[in-house]
Amino acid sequence: MTGMSSIVKTVTRWVSPFIFAFGIYIALTGHLTPGGGFPGGVIIAGCFILLTLAYGKETTFGLFNLESSAVTDSLAALAFLCMGFLGYVFGGGFFNNFIQSGFPGTSFRLLSGGNMPIINLAIGLKVGASLFAVFAYLALFRAIEED
Amino acid sequence: MLPLFVAIPLGVGFLLPLIEEFRDRTRLFSLFVLLETGGLLALSLIKFGDKGIYRMGGWAPPFGINFVQDGLSSLILVVISGIAFVTTLFAITYMKEYENLGKFYGLFSLMLAGMYGVALTGDIFNMYVYLEVAAISSYALVGFNRGAEEIEASFKYLIMGAVGSVFILLGIALLYGSVGSLNIADISVKVSELPDDSFIVLSTALFIVGFGLKAAFIPFHSWLPDAHSSAPTPISAMLSGVLIKVLGIYALARLLFNGLNLPGIAPSILTWIGAGSMFIGGMLALGQKDLKRLLAYSSISQMGYITLAVGMGGILIGQGKPGIATLALMGGIFHLVNHATYKSLLFLFSGSVEKIFGSRDLSEIGGLNSVSPVSGAVGTIGTLSISGVPPFNGFWSKLVIVIAAIWGKLYPLAGIILFTSAITLAYYLKVQRQLFMGKSTGNVSESVKTSAGLYIPLLILAICCIGLGLLYLPEIRGIVLKPAALALQEGSEYTKLVLGL
Repeated sequence: MTGMSSIVKTVTRWVSPFIFAFGIYIALTGHLTPGGGFPGGVIIAGCFILLTLAYGKETTFGLFNLESSAVTDSLAALAFLCMGFLGYVFGGGFFNNFIQSGFPGTSFRLLSGGNMPIINLAIGLKVGASLFAVFAYLALFRAIEED
Repeated sequence: MLPLFVAIPLGVGFLLPLIEEFRDRTRLFSLFVLLETGGLLALSLIKFGDKGIYRMGGWAPPFGINFVQDGLSSLILVVISGIAFVTTLFAITYMKEYENLGKFYGLFSLMLAGMYGVALTGDIFNMYVYLEVAAISSYALVGFNRGAEEIEASFKYLIMGAVGSVFILLGIALLYGSVGSLNIADISVKVSELPDDSFIVLSTALFIVGFGLKAAFIPFHSWLPDAHSSAPTPISAMLSGVLIKVLGIYALARLLFNGLNLPGIAPSILTWIGAGSMFIGGMLALGQKDLKRLLAYSSISQMGYITLAVGMGGILIGQGKPGIATLALMGGIFHLVNHATYKSLLFLFSGSVEKIFGSRDLSEIGGLNSVSPVSGAVGTIGTLSISGVPPFNGFWSKLVIVIAAIWGKLYPLAGIILFTSAITLAYYLKVQRQLFMGKSTGNVSESVKTSAGLYIPLLILAICCIGLGLLYLPEIRGIVLKPAALALQEGSEYTKLVLGL
């Protein structure tokens, strides 16, 4: 049996969806409440790390392996940069909030803040993927040593 | 246009590893990076001499983040781009046999993005972030060969760099706590109104230690010889040529002169640290047998010259001699430009020597002049420039610094500079005798001797070494060096530029 005892596995199965959802919530509402892309990403990565610890790396790597985390990481960073350039094109300056000026939304609602939710989401993906990649590399090196 | 300097390398830095996940296209990667650095070089030359600020997202300082371009940052941009372009040109041939080039060029681009950011930013916390971007990519690049020695050097560099970063961050936190602003220009206004400056003194001390670790001043230098000699050659050239200057002395000078209005004895401390680095670095270089380690110790010594000149400028401003202070600062900045050219030339040269002989131990190799005359000539130009032999560029910048020291009546400093020049000449004469003259040692790689890809970058830099001496002429000096020196000296001009007061 890989991973930890069935008590740990059961508890992990129960809490991990909530942790994941909480991470997404923190990242998505970064423009309204304390939090944002970075802490959201850390929480999402924490959920994956918890799964890896409880179920063993084979289970998690089936969902999300090193290659996909590297690709997500780069893509999210490029998306972040694209938002900067789109600000150039539509808003007249690097990182100008062009969505806000065209579509202000209602204050304190989810659809407000213009570019910020998109940027926060990109940061969340980037941070989550890269933190998980760091953890996965460490786990892999351990596996190489054991062989 | 200013954000492009950071955005382009950042984009390339993330794009190349992404492409590499799907397809390993070495030629495409090199072409990409060459276009990137070439484009940035062109951009920095077009923008040279411009003054202005760029508001990120349209938010005005002191609350928004902004990029500032003045005389000094214009010059630093050209230096970074120029050396990066030549280094890339060299890396295309030199790095051919390596694997994972997408990651190599990606990290290289990220390092560039960080350095451009440090050169342009007008905000101390952003400066810290860019500094970390550049530093962390360089830790990874130092260990790129993945041999035991490289990993050890990289780890040592990582630990020392992290300690330096913590000092800088603590300094920033204290400064922010006492003045309540992160914008450098705004800090300079608020610092002068502060009733009690004890926190400013403390954070200045933390900055000197933190940036001193990044710049490898003498008590904090132990990581540099390992890191700079273990890195792949193009990276050694970037680290010694540009990184320690931008992350170390440029950032420190910008904070001390433009942000903190030269607190108390900071310039004298800087001057004596510079003098110490210069002298001890030179003495340590004398005993080296490994060519790259010798060059690395010589970097410590040459950084000492720059630091000494900048500190001397600060002392002279405090004594109310602005004319001579400008001269001293110009000397320091001139030496920074010169050292960037000849130290990257010498590091790239050491790479080609290693390719020719298969070793860089000075006691084992020799007779380069007969084996490869082009390489010998280029290396001779580099060694003569760095030892300060006229008419090469190193002579002129040392001359300016010595003249400033004598006119400013700082005779002991002038004495140390002259004595260290003699030491520098001594260890480069040792290199001359052992490497260039001497007997050729059998196993020489014929294919490298004729490889144009390795020589063209060296020739470009050698021409720069001769041509940059022209900066000494008053007309050219007035356009290039004087605005850079005045950017540091006239703190109120910087404030006016950023805050529009």
